[in-house]
Amino acid sequence: MKTTRRQAGQTLTAIALGLATLGYSSFASAQDTIKVGVLHSLSGTMAISETVLKDTVLMAIDEINAKGGVLGKKLEPVVVDPASNWPLFAEKAKQLISQDKVAVTFGCWTSVSRKSVLPVYEETNALLFYPVQYEGEELSKNVFYTGAAPNQQAIPAVEYLMSKDGGSAKRWVLLGTDYVYPRTTNKILRAFLHSKGVADADIMEEYTPFGHADYQTIIAKIKKFAGEGKKTAVVSTINGDSNVPFYKELGNQGLKATDVPVVAFSVGEEELRGVDTKPLVGHLAAWNYFQSIKNPTNDEFIKKWSAYAKAKGIAGHKDRPLTNDPMEATYIGVHMWAQAVNKAKSTDTDKVIAAMAGQTFKAPSGIVSKMDEKNHHLHKSVFIGEIKADGQFNVVWKTPGPVVADPWSDFIPENKGRLNVPESKKVAAK
Amino acid sequence: MTRHPGAALVRCAAVVLGLVLWFAGAGPAAALTQPQAFAMAAGDSDERIGALNAAVAAADPALAAYVQALLADEVKVAGGRAYIVRGEQVLDTASGAAVSLPEGAQDVINNNRMRRELGAAAAAMQLLSPDRDQRARGIAELRSQADESKLPLIDKAAAMETDAALKQQLELLRAAVGISSEDKLRRLEAATLLAGSRLPATRALLLERQAEESEAEVKAAIKASLAQVERRLLWGEWLGVLFTGISLGSILMLVALGLAITYGLMGVINMAHGELMMIGAYATYVVQNLFRQHLPGAFDLYVLAAIPVSFLAAALAGAVLERSVIRWLYGRPLETLLATWGISLILMQTVRSIFGAQNVGVENPAWLSGGLQVLPNLTLPWNRLAIIAFAALVLLGVALLISKTRLGLFVRGVTQNRRMASCVGVNTARVDTYAFALGAGIAGLAGCALSQVGNVGPDLGQGYIVDSFMVVVLGGVGQLAGTVYAGLGLGVLNKLLEGWQGAVLAKIMVLVFIVIFIQKRPQGIFALKGRSAEA
Repeated sequence: MKTTRRQAGQTLTAIALGLATLGYSSFASAQDTIKVGVLHSLSGTMAISETVLKDTVLMAIDEINAKGGVLGKKLEPVVVDPASNWPLFAEKAKQLISQDKVAVTFGCWTSVSRKSVLPVYEETNALLFYPVQYEGEELSKNVFYTGAAPNQQAIPAVEYLMSKDGGSAKRWVLLGTDYVYPRTTNKILRAFLHSKGVADADIMEEYTPFGHADYQTIIAKIKKFAGEGKKTAVVSTINGDSNVPFYKELGNQGLKATDVPVVAFSVGEEELRGVDTKPLVGHLAAWNYFQSIKNPTNDEFIKKWSAYAKAKGIAGHKDRPLTNDPMEATYIGVHMWAQAVNKAKSTDTDKVIAAMAGQTFKAPSGIVSKMDEKNHHLHKSVFIGEIKADGQFNVVWKTPGPVVADPWSDFIPENKGRLNVPESKKVAAK
Repeated sequence: MTRHPGAALVRCAAVVLGLVLWFAGAGPAAALTQPQAFAMAAGDSDERIGALNAAVAAADPALAAYVQALLADEVKVAGGRAYIVRGEQVLDTASGAAVSLPEGAQDVINNNRMRRELGAAAAAMQLLSPDRDQRARGIAELRSQADESKLPLIDKAAAMETDAALKQQLELLRAAVGISSEDKLRRLEAATLLAGSRLPATRALLLERQAEESEAEVKAAIKASLAQVERRLLWGEWLGVLFTGISLGSILMLVALGLAITYGLMGVINMAHGELMMIGAYATYVVQNLFRQHLPGAFDLYVLAAIPVSFLAAALAGAVLERSVIRWLYGRPLETLLATWGISLILMQTVRSIFGAQNVGVENPAWLSGGLQVLPNLTLPWNRLAIIAFAALVLLGVALLISKTRLGLFVRGVTQNRRMASCVGVNTARVDTYAFALGAGIAGLAGCALSQVGNVGPDLGQGYIVDSFMVVVLGGVGQLAGTVYAGLGLGVLNKLLEGWQGAVLAKIMVLVFIVIFIQKRPQGIFALKGRSAEA
């Protein structure tokens, strides 16, 4: 079909009208509440990880509302379920922004879902808080990344395994789910390992599809690879419910952490819930928060969550409340956003972005978490934990202080000389 | 890693003390002292390991108990002393007397390296145990982690050992340590001895030494031993691939068997087949919860109870489905496809509403956890072995049912010629219902089996529906034997390709293979011959 000039004109008018409406949306919604979008998968392969983040947002909102809300208005959550379906994330994000007119969205876990919604947030100049560790290689002015960049999780973890205490690993298995986060993280790790003098022959890279359930071959391969030379360690970026069969198989085949330690970047207290952790004692996870960290802020955070889970009858958590890193990152994100809105005295995206720079919040991980002035990432301490028989983690190593994020990792050659600052005003440039 | 400078002196003293004890050698068993115990529990890993290895040579029974307590995370430290805490009971590590725990006692945290060293120490002390089994276990444990510090104990044990098999294994252990020795002759001797090993750890060790060895003579000995060890290990690897293939094949066969009846024999394209499996898996989950609540003592047996329950639950769902929807649609495959697909969505949503959208946890009972070590580099997990046996039993049951029973006779009759069967007085409508319920029940059994290896969630069936149709179509519609061959064949093929090209590509290659195969031979591996065969 040919597009006539008139049709093009009509389309343009429609877009202009649409944009105008969006621009005035902050006036239009000037009612009693400020709407907050929650965009986490509540079904499908990622539900195991994401469902609890939805509840964390709701808890933080309840907390803020109990203290009188933001700018004198209550926050009103709008929860949608993108069902682990990446294109659906973009649709639901559009719906949240243009139909529900939310002031901010908290959401996404997998990088593929974040990549799917990113154009929506940039085009409409809306705000997204992303609470999960990721691969970097992205810095949008419309997103605040409250999870870790690779240098705040992956690289310290590998450094630990190389150290004497970590077992002086010399050979590496990079194992992941087949999508952008594991692929990019492993690219960075490979470059990092090269810089430490590890040869390509000593690195094995393996990927499995989303929802993969049969890890027999992979474990057999790891065993074989480990038997071919020096001390081997496995770096797992397996995501979602595949972790349950992976760890079950690991335990059943008797691959012990003292022989071949597995360090995971997407496995926390919540993912281990359905797994018998006794055969897994000693396998590791690298995060910026563990439930087992002892400090008053964390005690209070766990207490609040337990009470909330009990009151709301959240499945699983009402009997055995667990907290984890992305929950902490979500919690910090919601509170920081509220602080920034109060500071900016507006929910306007650009004003909130300006006010976010340098925001601080007392984090349950035991530090005062600070939003970097420029790069939209939090400064974070890194912890390495070993799985205990009860499904919790023993912290065996931590960084001396918070680490500043490096989203454009220097270990990827194309990033040389790239500043960790979002390219400003993408919308205006269009 | 945090350091406690205040405790450094105590630790140094303990290390010195430990060394003194070590040099004292096999003198009278020295009792474990508090400073020693504390030095093993607190501070830098290097110093802790130093203290531990220094004390091990004495092989004191009190030390063995203490090391076990450290491994079990039962030790706490406070004020330069270590305590063993078991529930309410607090013991002094040196005297073994019950004491009260001081304020602010801290947990001792062991990382992997500490745990490995503690495990090796415990194993080394077991070498001198009077019990043969314990000694054997000690040797097995030490295989991958023997080092110079354990040598005195290994030597001592080898000298005392009377059992020939164990003595030989101890010699291998000595060789594993000796191959890193400074002395060329010892290295050479060790390299030759290690050819008798069947362990993957030995291969790793030999490969490592081969790269580092400078003496040509020793290097050649290592190379020769390595070739022998590798030849032995190769067997384990190939058997492993075969086993994983059969394991996947047994699962594929199990999920396709029900479909082979409903689609293969009755010609109903049942898109809700996967959801019937899901019902079976959820039935297992419900039975598990009932056992946990009411019969916690017999929890390990819940799987056995879940087998008939999942069969009946799915069979009932299947019968209702057939009576209410499918029987109106016989002979109209397109409508059946759409209707059953709709039903699958309804079933998924129903389960979501009842149990929630998240996966539910189905635990393996203790007897299905862990694995059977067949060869040093081949462990067969119990849950997979059980599923293979279960699949064989179900297959046998179905085959007998179809070929030997009256119902089977009717099913075959109706399949071959519905009108004729009807004429001779078979109630074909009832036979249809029974056959469909049987197919659904077998899907339920498959669900019960799947709950032991994978995740149980509302979309469990979605992942298997394509696989099961693949198996049935490949095997040949209307044939149970075809399903068996196709299931096992696809399983082994998939695992071979996966080992070669990775999981993602393997899946694609299997699909391509099936597409090509069906192009060449649309009737599948086995075609139904004779008058009943349709076009």
